[in-house]
Amino acid sequence: MSSTVHPVLAYARRLPNAWDVVALLGVFAVIAAVARVSPGTYKPIAAPDALAISLDPLHLPEYALRTTMRMFAALAASLLFTFTYAPLAAKSRRAGLVMIPILDVLQSVPILGFLSFTTVFFMSLFPGRVLGLELAAIFAIFTSQAWNMAFSLYQSLTTVPRDLEEATQSFRLAGWQRFWRLDVPFGTPGLVWNTMLSMSGGWFFVVASEAITLGDKTWTLPGIGSYVAMALDKRDLAAVGWAIVAMLVVIVLYDQLLFRPLVAWSAKFRFEVVAGAVAGDPWVLKLVRRTRVLSAAADGLAGGFAAITRLRIGRPTGRASGGPARTRRGDAVFFGVVALLALTAAGRLVAYVTASDIGWSDLGTTVALGCITLLRVVVLIALASLVWVPIGVWLGLRPAWARGVQVVAQFLAAFPANLLFPIFVVVIVRWHLTPDIWLTPLMILGTQWYILFNVVAGASAFPGDLQEVAKNFRVGGWLWWRRVMLPGIFPYYVTGAITASGGSWNASIVAEVATWGNDKLSAHGLGAYIAHATDAGDFPRIVLGVAVMSIFVLGFNRALWRPLYAYATRRMTFA
Amino acid sequence: MDVATTVAPLLEVRACRQSYHKESAIDLVVLDDVNLTLRGGEIVGLLGRSGSGKSTLLRIVAGLLQPTAGEVRWRGEPVRGPMPGIAMVFQSFALFPWLTVRENVELGLEAQGVARAEREMRAEAAIDLIGLGGYDSAYPKELSGGMRQRVGLARALVVHPDLLLMDEPFSALDVLTAETLRTDLIDLWSEGKLPVKSVLLVTHNIEEAVLMCDRILVFSANPGRVASELRVPFAHPRNRLDPAFRQMVDDIYALMTRRAPAPRPAAVAVHDATFATPLHPVSTNLLAGLIEALAMPPYDGRADLPALAASLQLEADELLPLGETLQLLGLGVLEEGDVRLTESGREFAQADTERRKAIFAAALRAHVPLAAAIRRTLDERWNHRASAVRFRDELEDHMSPDYAEDTLRTAISWGRYAELYSYDEEAQQFSLDDVETTA
Repeated sequence: MSSTVHPVLAYARRLPNAWDVVALLGVFAVIAAVARVSPGTYKPIAAPDALAISLDPLHLPEYALRTTMRMFAALAASLLFTFTYAPLAAKSRRAGLVMIPILDVLQSVPILGFLSFTTVFFMSLFPGRVLGLELAAIFAIFTSQAWNMAFSLYQSLTTVPRDLEEATQSFRLAGWQRFWRLDVPFGTPGLVWNTMLSMSGGWFFVVASEAITLGDKTWTLPGIGSYVAMALDKRDLAAVGWAIVAMLVVIVLYDQLLFRPLVAWSAKFRFEVVAGAVAGDPWVLKLVRRTRVLSAAADGLAGGFAAITRLRIGRPTGRASGGPARTRRGDAVFFGVVALLALTAAGRLVAYVTASDIGWSDLGTTVALGCITLLRVVVLIALASLVWVPIGVWLGLRPAWARGVQVVAQFLAAFPANLLFPIFVVVIVRWHLTPDIWLTPLMILGTQWYILFNVVAGASAFPGDLQEVAKNFRVGGWLWWRRVMLPGIFPYYVTGAITASGGSWNASIVAEVATWGNDKLSAHGLGAYIAHATDAGDFPRIVLGVAVMSIFVLGFNRALWRPLYAYATRRMTFA
Repeated sequence: MDVATTVAPLLEVRACRQSYHKESAIDLVVLDDVNLTLRGGEIVGLLGRSGSGKSTLLRIVAGLLQPTAGEVRWRGEPVRGPMPGIAMVFQSFALFPWLTVRENVELGLEAQGVARAEREMRAEAAIDLIGLGGYDSAYPKELSGGMRQRVGLARALVVHPDLLLMDEPFSALDVLTAETLRTDLIDLWSEGKLPVKSVLLVTHNIEEAVLMCDRILVFSANPGRVASELRVPFAHPRNRLDPAFRQMVDDIYALMTRRAPAPRPAAVAVHDATFATPLHPVSTNLLAGLIEALAMPPYDGRADLPALAASLQLEADELLPLGETLQLLGLGVLEEGDVRLTESGREFAQADTERRKAIFAAALRAHVPLAAAIRRTLDERWNHRASAVRFRDELEDHMSPDYAEDTLRTAISWGRYAELYSYDEEAQQFSLDDVETTA
């Protein structure tokens, strides 16, 4: 702020205006709504209304709010995790050696398979309280959000530009200061983008985690997901329709109120010295910037934040501590401990398997079923690519269409596809279709959009001069696809296909089994195996199924996607 | 080139006009009434400032753009899309990063459906001709800029085009590399080894045009028109230090500065005529540097533009906007290919930072109506704030959105330097914060 501004003017600028009233009303409405639904969390499970779900659409706003609150609680936990795990892995060479592979494996574990263990665990923490169930649901969402956010921040932390790093060293910024002044701002655009993707993925899991069946017990947390589960049970298609509408409204709101402003705001941390083309501010950001009370509040928050980040905690970075001898001794201790832990874990695992009734035949069954699910994933990705790649290219090369399609496709990716399953199930039951084939498309229902919007992004980023070359030399037909367009969009396509295939594996657990009232449909596959084991409360088989699926996903990533991605970035990017 | 005049023209452009429709009533005219005839055996240069529409004309000839009005005939046939026999070399090289040198070169032949054996033979010949032998299997990323542009040349030559279009082919290269490539190309051309009949070259580099072309069309900007046509009478290889060569470069400089500042369209209302003058996006650092260089020996306040361009390593395209900005601000004068500092220009050169800002502020108030209007508005407002949007809107009534944006950005940057006003990027708002209001 300038020193020449007169105090009177400064005062005048802080006077509330009409926008403030609107903003205040909005803020207080949210607070009131949260206050209204929160006490439900502390009720004992035994309380009569604690877990009751009503199919009356009038209850949907409340359910939607509770579902959304779970999302944001999980998001807060994911951020906390990201800001501790990623710096630790990035700053400590030794910790990074172990922590990054762990993150990689966690990313491959099918979250829905987890649900049964974590529910039991959290309920034992708060016996007889709804809070245990709530935490279990939140944890499920957390596991769908946290890993890629942590990865994104880790990647930023390890690629901070050398000159900026040297600048912080020469000004002797303390570790804490450097982290907030350099590392976090540099990582912000990537983190915001990944948070957005995480949120999109999260809706799928929040819906799945609200109605948990374990053995002969079913718990339902009030929310959109349990509302749909109830509707399925009661064969109430109208209620399913209402839930879909409610979900659409929620997603539009969170997109408009939170993510659009966040993405626009984070653009200022993008590491470009040259000012790029600036898109207009989303209306919420305008509101915050132009509303006096809100902008004063934002200033206050920013001031407080800056004061905390200015604290001199930690030594100035840059000097290697200790000599090589000390490093070597430290290494020895560290690797010893890691080896010990790994051995203990292996021992526990062996003990667990031998104590159960699982034999080699179970392993054979799960691997065979895993192959069936793998086949499904491969066929689906291929089919989705055949459909969406040409469409995506066509749209991407038309700028007027591209932006609109991007928004719609991202929105479709965020929409929890499991809400749409009932419609398919009704059709399958009505026409007596083979579940093994016709349940399959459900796996890719929600994830195909990642392919579409990445291809659209790739095609619209295709350099204009290369398009002119193709026209000038009159390259057309299949030659054009083979030599010009397909290689050009390939890195984008691979990014989309990786996300889509990961999502499809996860979705298999809910997509290979479907119910409509008393009709139960089941396809053969690893997802159905895990789902059945969960229904039966058979923990050893859940563990086996989840483990085998994790290995499949990890293997698929390592054998196919990683090399493809490496090839794409090496050969097919414009630099 | 006596033969050239007797054969039928390869390319004819008649009354070509290119305009973009805007929301407001005024169309943005990029090219206006351009005529061009190209015969075999000549290199023709299109010389002009950025924004003079010369690249647009090249794309129209290539069939990549349809002109709004007028006619383009290639070998007597109207051009309605990319024609066989016309190949283009791009400023940005435009190589496919996923194809090797050989695959890039073969692309045009593949599109023609040439058999594999012949394709390989012709690609090999083109690669060798252009001095790329041994790089067949390299990817563009492995090559230097100069080598990449050689691939771009080989790719165009391999289809044996009758007309080779070159869009500022050397401007992305460093000085030495560009010179090597130019002389290599001219050597091949004069030895008759290039499999092309004619070359159309777009450039903003005056020396390059005089060095390479048989004929030069000088374009004026806003809208793009052919301002004059010159025949270059020298035989290849040409010597840059030859006095006749130097004289021709000097004359073209004079030609290009005489036309500036370009006359405004008459449609603009009189009292607003200067408010909507497009400003060149020139940084104040560069201006100050130029003024200092001009004030010192050997120039002592007056410099020959070609000599100044050479010593500052600026191209005509970069130097002319600088000179025009000096003239606009009353700090310098352009006359017959020279630039001369005015009294206030000399004073600026001698002054310290504070004094310089004061001189610059005075120049802005006196000569840049947009900056003056912004300051006047701020002075009149009770809270000394004004939204940038209204100024942008007003500018857009008179010029294209891009020019309006450039002009406003320039006014913001100049005003900030002069401490005439400050600007909040996030709120898009001018204010008098941080500005001494005693003045």
